[in-house]
Amino acid sequence: MTKPLLHGLAYAAGLAVALALPFGPALAADDAASATAAVNHEPSIESQSWSFNGPFGVYDNAQLQRGFLVYKTICANCHSMRLLSYRNLSESGGPEFSPDEVKDIAAQVQVTDGPNDKGEMFQRPGRPSDRFHSPFANEAAARVANSGALPPDLSVMAKARPGGPDYIYALLTGYRPASAGFQLAPGMQYNLAFPGHQVAMPPPLFDGAVKYTDGTKPTIDNYARDVAAYLMWAAEPKLEERHKFGALVMIYLIAFAVIMFLTKRSVWARLHGKVTHAA
Amino acid sequence: MTHTSSYEPSTGIEKWIDQRLPVPRLIYDQFLAFPTPRNLNYWWTFGGILTFMLVSQIATGVVLAMHYVPTAEGAFDSVEHIMRDVNWGWLLRYTHEVGASMFFLAAYIHTFRGLYYGSYKAPREVLWILGVLILLLMIATAFMGYSLVWGQMSFWAVTVITNIFSSLDAVIPGLGTRLVQWIWGGFAVGSPTLTRLYSLHYLFPFVIAGVVVLHIWALHIPGNNNPTGIDVKSTRDTVPFHPYYTIKDGFALVLFATLFAGLVFYAPNLLGHPDNYIPANPLQTPQHIVPEWYFLPFYAILRAIPSKLFGVVALIGAIVVLFFVPWLDTSRVRSTSYRPIYKWFFWAFVVTCVVLGYLGSQLPEGVYLVLGRVFTAYYFLFFLLVMPLVGWIEKPEALPGSIIESVLGPEEAPQATKRSALRRRAQEPAL
Repeated sequence: MTKPLLHGLAYAAGLAVALALPFGPALAADDAASATAAVNHEPSIESQSWSFNGPFGVYDNAQLQRGFLVYKTICANCHSMRLLSYRNLSESGGPEFSPDEVKDIAAQVQVTDGPNDKGEMFQRPGRPSDRFHSPFANEAAARVANSGALPPDLSVMAKARPGGPDYIYALLTGYRPASAGFQLAPGMQYNLAFPGHQVAMPPPLFDGAVKYTDGTKPTIDNYARDVAAYLMWAAEPKLEERHKFGALVMIYLIAFAVIMFLTKRSVWARLHGKVTHAA
Repeated sequence: MTHTSSYEPSTGIEKWIDQRLPVPRLIYDQFLAFPTPRNLNYWWTFGGILTFMLVSQIATGVVLAMHYVPTAEGAFDSVEHIMRDVNWGWLLRYTHEVGASMFFLAAYIHTFRGLYYGSYKAPREVLWILGVLILLLMIATAFMGYSLVWGQMSFWAVTVITNIFSSLDAVIPGLGTRLVQWIWGGFAVGSPTLTRLYSLHYLFPFVIAGVVVLHIWALHIPGNNNPTGIDVKSTRDTVPFHPYYTIKDGFALVLFATLFAGLVFYAPNLLGHPDNYIPANPLQTPQHIVPEWYFLPFYAILRAIPSKLFGVVALIGAIVVLFFVPWLDTSRVRSTSYRPIYKWFFWAFVVTCVVLGYLGSQLPEGVYLVLGRVFTAYYFLFFLLVMPLVGWIEKPEALPGSIIESVLGPEEAPQATKRSALRRRAQEPAL
């Protein structure tokens, strides 16, 4: 299918969605922001403009690739993403690295495999079919390396917090010196976005921490934005497929509804002016 | 409506089947020729929509069950496996998840429709009771289904709701605790609990389907109620179900499906809670445990009562009271449209349910707790006081002479009904 045609279809469907749903605007806001109204006493999270927002939203492949780089260089030192496999990185609707690039990425980690025919476990380079390598062997190891705090798994993080990617961006850019009089527990950081404003994670990003090769400025703001988009993809890898297939379904249903309405009207017109019916 | 069969088998094979197992006759009489009041509005289309939702939930659920792992260790990951690696798994799972919400939306509209038009009044009491039974089964099924995701909210919802039974300790010490441990299959919510919830979640929809058959059977004995609430008096008042209501229900179903699809494809997590994407952790209680939106009014009622035992009694009572509605309502007419006083109480009740839903999503403290108690009180007073008293003191407005007259107006209605129209005019000054 050509791009303009798909765009046109998507546009028509989106219009239909907005017409069909009384709460169209609320939906267009973003399906990732699954925040319920039930969250009290939490800092307000500013919503950002994302390429995947709205009914026609798609991921920005280049952004996801940069986001993966930020994850791999920084986040992956403490955070696992155990639900993802390296092969996911080359799947369509994602970062779309080439299969060869994915092989290289996977080969950078050592994976315990086995037992071999001698009954021994052994180490081998990672393969695309392997799950993402976890930085710690288990929860206890993770805690002891992080002064008691457990860095949460990031696989579905973008759906597991109110605000989703907006929250992740706000958290990563929300580190500030604690205001005077704020009682900060030892080893904790002050953060505008984190509930309670005390987070155990030290500020992970600083300007220039990750080398970008595509000309994007290596700033905290860009890192945070890119890695939040990447985590959104990780949590919702079928979003593009969903949006595109959804457009076709909506067009079909709207057309079906029009036909049904006209048929209904013509069938019921048989009764007009007639008191009795032919039973 | 019990009516003489108009089915005439035309071919040899139809005659042969008709003498042995007359399913074609049943379908023809009950779903094609079935005489249906000609004035049913769109609120009457939700029965068909609900049937569709039940089929949709069973169809998606059966396939999901092929990929789901009902253990504490495997449940959360298997749901993610469905979302990521199963072909069209994301569509199945989101359709099933959003489908539960849509099912309840339709069920609540259907129930309020029945309440407004007095569809529970004689001779439709059994029909209504079966409907309340379906609602009860739906609540149980949805609760068990929600637990299967085994996220934080799933786990703690199971913990909170199963702990309800421990309130029986206040009646017989030890009974509640023993009962809860029996339900859990251990000393805490865990794999044995999940496995039995899964088993029952698979069973209950088929029980619902069975009760739906009885519900439709009970509907087809007296026939549909209608917006005027008056009985069908002649064949002029009715039209055959097909094509008039197959097409009208079909149109409404497609509109409903459009809303359904809009949520599935563009806001699948809108009605969910982010905490349920955190794997269940028995050592960490979420700050704020809230059920899905469709349970919020009941949750508000549970928390409005200061005593645990009586909170549970109120929670159960909020549903059980519905069983008695046919006898609590003392009105002479069915439809609220002709009830000048009751009308206001009815809409206040609808508002109450919505407000209770909002209060259920808030922490039960301060003004929310006070409001929760006020609206819980009205919830019960509506059934126990308003229904019997208003029906008794209220003088209903004049009813149309017949269904056909309500559709075409008294002037165009046939002679037989003109007299009743005149009678209505004569009554008007008195009202």
